[in-house]
Amino acid sequence: MATILTVDDSASMRQMVNFTLKGAGYDVIEAVDGVDALSKAKGNNPDAVLTDVNMPNMDGITLIQELRKLPSYRHTPMLMLTTESSGDMKTKGRTAGATGWLVKPFNPEQLLATIKKVIA
Amino acid sequence: MNPEVRDESGIGLDVDANVNQFLTFMLAGEEYGVDILRVQEIKGWESATEIPNTPDYIQGVMNLRGTIVPIVDLRSRFELERIDYSNTTVVIVLKILKEDSEKTIGFVVDAVSDVYNVTEEQLKPSPDFGGGVSTEFVKGLATVDEKMLILLDIDHLIDADIDINQSAMTH
Amino acid sequence: MTIDISQFHGVFFEESFEGLEVMESELLELDASSPDVESINNIFRAAHSIKGGSGSFGFNDVTNFTHVLETLLDEVRSDKHKLNQDEVNLLLSSVDCLREMLTAARDGTDVDEAQVKSIHDELECALSNECVTETETETETETEAKTKTETEEHAVVKNESEVLAAALEWHIHFAPHLHLFQTGNDPLRMFRELEELGALTSTANISKLPPFNKYDAEECYLSWDLVLLTEAKAEKIKEVFEWVEDDCELSIEQGNQQETSNVVNVIADNATPIIEDVDVNKVVPVAEKKKDADKKAGASNETTSIRVNISKVDALINMVGELVITQSMLSQFGEEFDMNNIEKLSEGLKQLERNTRELQENVMQIRMLPISFSFNRFPRLVHDLSNKLGKKIELKLSGEATELDKTVMEKIGDPLVHLVRNSIDHGIEMPDERLAAGKPETGTLNLNAYHEGGNIVIEIVDDGAGLNRERILKKAIDRGLVKENEELSDDKVNELIFSAGFSTAEQVSDVSGRGVGMDVVKRNIHDLGGVVEVKSETGKGSTFTIRLPLTLAILDGQLIRVGTQTYIIPLISIIESLQTSIENTKSIVGEVELYRLRDDYIPVVRLHSIFNIPCDSTKLNDGLLVVAEAEGQKIGLFVDDLLAQQQVVIKSLETNYKKVEGMSGATILGDGTVAMILDISSLIRLYREQAEYKTSSAMNNQAA
Repeated sequence: MATILTVDDSASMRQMVNFTLKGAGYDVIEAVDGVDALSKAKGNNPDAVLTDVNMPNMDGITLIQELRKLPSYRHTPMLMLTTESSGDMKTKGRTAGATGWLVKPFNPEQLLATIKKVIA
Repeated sequence: MNPEVRDESGIGLDVDANVNQFLTFMLAGEEYGVDILRVQEIKGWESATEIPNTPDYIQGVMNLRGTIVPIVDLRSRFELERIDYSNTTVVIVLKILKEDSEKTIGFVVDAVSDVYNVTEEQLKPSPDFGGGVSTEFVKGLATVDEKMLILLDIDHLIDADIDINQSAMTH
Repeated sequence: MTIDISQFHGVFFEESFEGLEVMESELLELDASSPDVESINNIFRAAHSIKGGSGSFGFNDVTNFTHVLETLLDEVRSDKHKLNQDEVNLLLSSVDCLREMLTAARDGTDVDEAQVKSIHDELECALSNECVTETETETETETEAKTKTETEEHAVVKNESEVLAAALEWHIHFAPHLHLFQTGNDPLRMFRELEELGALTSTANISKLPPFNKYDAEECYLSWDLVLLTEAKAEKIKEVFEWVEDDCELSIEQGNQQETSNVVNVIADNATPIIEDVDVNKVVPVAEKKKDADKKAGASNETTSIRVNISKVDALINMVGELVITQSMLSQFGEEFDMNNIEKLSEGLKQLERNTRELQENVMQIRMLPISFSFNRFPRLVHDLSNKLGKKIELKLSGEATELDKTVMEKIGDPLVHLVRNSIDHGIEMPDERLAAGKPETGTLNLNAYHEGGNIVIEIVDDGAGLNRERILKKAIDRGLVKENEELSDDKVNELIFSAGFSTAEQVSDVSGRGVGMDVVKRNIHDLGGVVEVKSETGKGSTFTIRLPLTLAILDGQLIRVGTQTYIIPLISIIESLQTSIENTKSIVGEVELYRLRDDYIPVVRLHSIFNIPCDSTKLNDGLLVVAEAEGQKIGLFVDDLLAQQQVVIKSLETNYKKVEGMSGATILGDGTVAMILDISSLIRLYREQAEYKTSSAMNNQAA
């Protein structure tokens, strides 16, 4: 079954997202910020990355940028969880190499629908 | 998720909704019964630590696998003559429901008897026995196998004793 | 499948409250004129998290409020807005407001709407001083547009019966840029999505494919012309490509009609990303109100979960492992019992003792949290209170890392607050008074915590005016607590402030001094098994010292014997134990006995009499006196024998029985039997009742 790397500094968001994903049959690797995610990414091969944008230590945009530098992550779908839907955020994300975004707040159903878009 | 279709007769045992099972015990020649679903366990008598300034029928408290459980001497509670405890003395540990809490209390009886099924029809109201057996805690009488069973309502057995608003201080 | 996300609410509230604390402590340290960048970021992030979480979990009023707050903070951090001190105070008030809103959301109670609105308006006002109001209106129109399009789609999805009749032919030209794959997007997936909207046919254009030897597998050279037969609206089709709009050439036209009016241009669009098939009513789940608001409405901070460092858990797992090994070793002995192996058995038992002790210590550790959690509220409190009273006070915290039991910490919170307020209100003087007294204008308040002999000690030290002996004495005499000419040491006078209804504040301020405080503080501390005392020097200051046991569940006890019964006296209550000598006893009317111990006369409490149990001997000479204290009262307990001192686990009597006068609980001794733990203050009450009864009946007898 597909594996998703989820990154969010909010424990409650992580819990909700992971519970939803696991319930739908996905395997989940959890990280609390960009630095944590990067280190977990190196040892694993997830089918998609789902990351919050505003996090301490390394934000989501930088994380995506860094992940794209890793050979096995060049084409991995990476989605940003963002409360902003401004053009500015989209541009930043695109430039960093993000695949798409999911706007907060979202409910579990929306999350699963979006994940389906990127996992074959 | 689809709601599960429930078997109306209950799960497992083929139990009729109108029949209750009672564990019976002997006390001064009479046979009493308590709802078997409330029986937590049956223990042989071990010593109990006295609680100062409590009524006679409160034997004390016992250690039940780490929990402090009060022990009531039923003979005393029913104002019957007390007898000495021996190694055949038995304590029936019951779960008593009070409002929203559950209490575990042990009762010293002469001996454990049997388990009987009693239907609603078999249960008859009881007359006032007088003495210590108040109609408050007698559910009713039942005749089973030519025996008369006095069925107790244990939730009301300890009403006044375990009133949390009163403290155990009597003279 | 609908997922119930209310199970995550607890964690959300916990982390939100923590976030608020971060905001508060950063704001308190913030220099409005040149704010620290990292601080502003931390404050922003905390607000942002709360906004995001509250939105996801359906607490919309929190989201709306936090949004304005977050917007203001965002402007500060992007240098679009210069903060002033008033605004910092406004932000602090917002934190308070949010705290209330979150508590209300958690407990299902109501919040002060007027106050929320008022602070919300103030925040908006602060924002509008700059000209950036676009963000807000944008959000509003976005939300409007979102709602509109969603209702449209909802309507569209419903018309399934009209599929063929309303289906239109759409011609889509999709030419991704070379690097499309590097964004992780895949045309195939997008086409799959299109297929969900209707019948799709595609024609690929391979004209851009380079010769094989120049072919880079990571680039996209293909483009497509697609024909989609669907009743879905153009926006829906556009949506499929929303993530790649800037990475491709895209045109979506209605087939058979080349009119420009039907061409939907996708370039430079500010449209909101719309999630498919969303029922408007389901978008944001509404949090359910909890029914037992009563239980939590006491605004208590008590929580039922605890965060534990995973290393502590790992250590426990190891210890349990060792325990299991020891246990199997011992059970082996049981099976192959051999008198010659007694030594090994004894070794095994020692090992067991070590294992259990280690396990116990480490499990206790889990409930231990640093006292900083409690101390953290004080910078704010001191800041606000000193401002309010016009005093200058510096708060110094030390020993914040000192750990204590979580429940003890939660319960010591209020007493600590009261003592701190007391020091600020009555202890530390106004700046001019201090200067006149030759003291620095700014008063110092020290909060200190440390471990000492199995207890935690908390000190509240102020360099204020100290306790006023004359005022206290006068009040005590007025209240009848003390006789006019009684000789009292300074310490005894100071202890008087803990008496019920005592307050010497000339004007009862709303801060403290209503006279309900100190005795409640003392009682609360006593309930936790601790003690509080005060030392003071007029003109120099006061020190309040609280001593608490490290945990509520275990106490250090002294076992005593009366007749055949064993009882336990908490060590913390025992002052000393001594052999009685009849010369020091004095009897008063009835059977009240007093024992002279140095300068004090202590009532003798005969346990055998209070408990109506047999004892070895009723002659005082034959037994021992254990001098114990509770609530400032000393008594001498007459017992037959002193047994061992040991740690006992406190078991409740109330769980299955009820509260017993004179007992605070029970415990299970090594031999499996139950022993009662004595409650000294309750015993004192019992004793007094009996003594009064005996005295009055004796007097009646005399009179008769």
